[in-house]
Amino acid sequence: MTEQTYSKTELMICVAARLFEDGATCFIGTGIPMLAAMLASKTTAPNLVPVFEFGGTGAIMEELPLSVGEARTFHKGISALGICDTMETAQRGFIDYGFLGGAQIDPYGNLNSVVIGDHDKPKVRLPGSGGGNDVGCHCWQTIAIMGHDSRRFVPEVDFVTTPGYLSGPGAREEAGLPRGTGPIAVVSTLALMDYEPESLRMRLKALHPDVTVEDVVAATNFELIIPDEIGQNLAPSAEELRLLREEIDPTKFYI
Amino acid sequence: MEILESGIGKLIQPFDMDEFREWNRTEKTRKLVDKRMTEQEAISKFVYNGCYIGTELHGSVRCPMSLTRELIRQGHKDLRICGQGVLELDMWLAAGLVKALDITYIGLEVYGTSSSLRRAVESGQVETCVEWSNAAITWRMKATAMGIPFLPTRSMLGTDMIKHSAAKVVEDPFTGIKVALLPALILDVAMIHVQRADMYGNCQIDGISGFAMEIARACKRLIISAEEIVPTEEIRKYPDRTLIPYYLADAVVHAPYGSHPGETAYIYGRDEPAIKEWVEMSKTAEGAQEYLDKYVFGVKNHAEYLTLIGEERLRKCDELRERRE
Repeated sequence: MTEQTYSKTELMICVAARLFEDGATCFIGTGIPMLAAMLASKTTAPNLVPVFEFGGTGAIMEELPLSVGEARTFHKGISALGICDTMETAQRGFIDYGFLGGAQIDPYGNLNSVVIGDHDKPKVRLPGSGGGNDVGCHCWQTIAIMGHDSRRFVPEVDFVTTPGYLSGPGAREEAGLPRGTGPIAVVSTLALMDYEPESLRMRLKALHPDVTVEDVVAATNFELIIPDEIGQNLAPSAEELRLLREEIDPTKFYI
Repeated sequence: MEILESGIGKLIQPFDMDEFREWNRTEKTRKLVDKRMTEQEAISKFVYNGCYIGTELHGSVRCPMSLTRELIRQGHKDLRICGQGVLELDMWLAAGLVKALDITYIGLEVYGTSSSLRRAVESGQVETCVEWSNAAITWRMKATAMGIPFLPTRSMLGTDMIKHSAAKVVEDPFTGIKVALLPALILDVAMIHVQRADMYGNCQIDGISGFAMEIARACKRLIISAEEIVPTEEIRKYPDRTLIPYYLADAVVHAPYGSHPGETAYIYGRDEPAIKEWVEMSKTAEGAQEYLDKYVFGVKNHAEYLTLIGEERLRKCDELRERRE
């Protein structure tokens, strides 16, 4: 049996897609989350309800949306309202999952998409929160998807844009964030991580094929919890790759 | 109520709700007035240096791009922007027109971060950035739409977003939970692109309405660009589709392909090569200027812009339009 080659990005998308729960509502942002959502809806989560912040709900994603407001986000959707409705829906507890990205992530899953450096005199001005902060506040469970290197996985983000567990146990509750919400996973180009229940710190859960614990530790600029039992993520299947390459992103915007 | 935490971000536009009500009473006539005019007339009449301005929806989707380009041509500067943007705000930044930002997102979506935003903020040309989440900035407009000075939310709590916004955290007097109070925002000018409007400014939008409902009610002057100007009978036949009533609008500009290179739902899709062109050229300040020289300063008006783009490209965009199936 010939083994197909695949990129780190393709693998990351596949691992993320397998996390979607069928029939759940899911806030989808620009980029990799859209590909993961499309792959999930074509494989293990055909009844996924995608929610795009500008109003598209329940779209049947036949083509990859390139913007959170474009028509593919409400193509054959169940409703196409506006941002107030989607955000109020999230604030009222109707959104099960949110997928997030960011320039930096810390051990508690806090994300930064505002500035590198000082806010008023930044080294790098990033795009801003967009819907990221709202997703991190209101969705029941959030999953971050990002490239894994030591500039991204940092001990403290320069600006807490999107809340993970903030400063640790009790912090979300103290801040006034809705009870029972928080990050549950990180899918990177090297591994799948979750959060240790007592300390709420990021913990290695499963390695991607051909990746070692040492690789992950070297790419993480903070102390990652390494459990005794570490899982193994499966390589993309032939069908997953076919879907990605032929149906989801044939023009290779991302993959 | 005790203030538990106050954002250090500036309130870019101080406001007074009674003043706003008096403005609405005297400056927004309920008489039926033919408000049709060109981009040139609308922008020169209502936009000015230092004004607080916002657009809807955003650069690649149902966005008032013909108005955006006209504003650059006229060179109104020191703008204070309420900003949820892609191409439109990017171009204003590249043209050096922006002084302050109530920013939620300015970026190029799938194409990554905005080089124009980076240059303008990192150089200090943009003097002030006040942070808001997408929901927060929309709910600020909703507060204005409701005619009240603030709306509470649970967004932004516990993060640096509160610190660098102009929000204030209090304890809810009814249930004791913490909430962030979002101050109302009253734009001097808002610009919205719609599928249909009549000459008086009654507007209908197809597809997602984004935050059109809110921004239309959160501004002193509203400029509408519309793909199609329809007779008022058409509005009256489908009054349940009117999202913006005429008395909110101050100008109605007929702008076919007014959102190009962005899309307008059910009429035309996005012009990917055109969007990529901006993305690539705006990576440098020189490239951005070259782009603006060609597509903004090199044409007199929207009609000349469309001629420059050419029929063939526009037909391609028509083909890519979203269809009801």
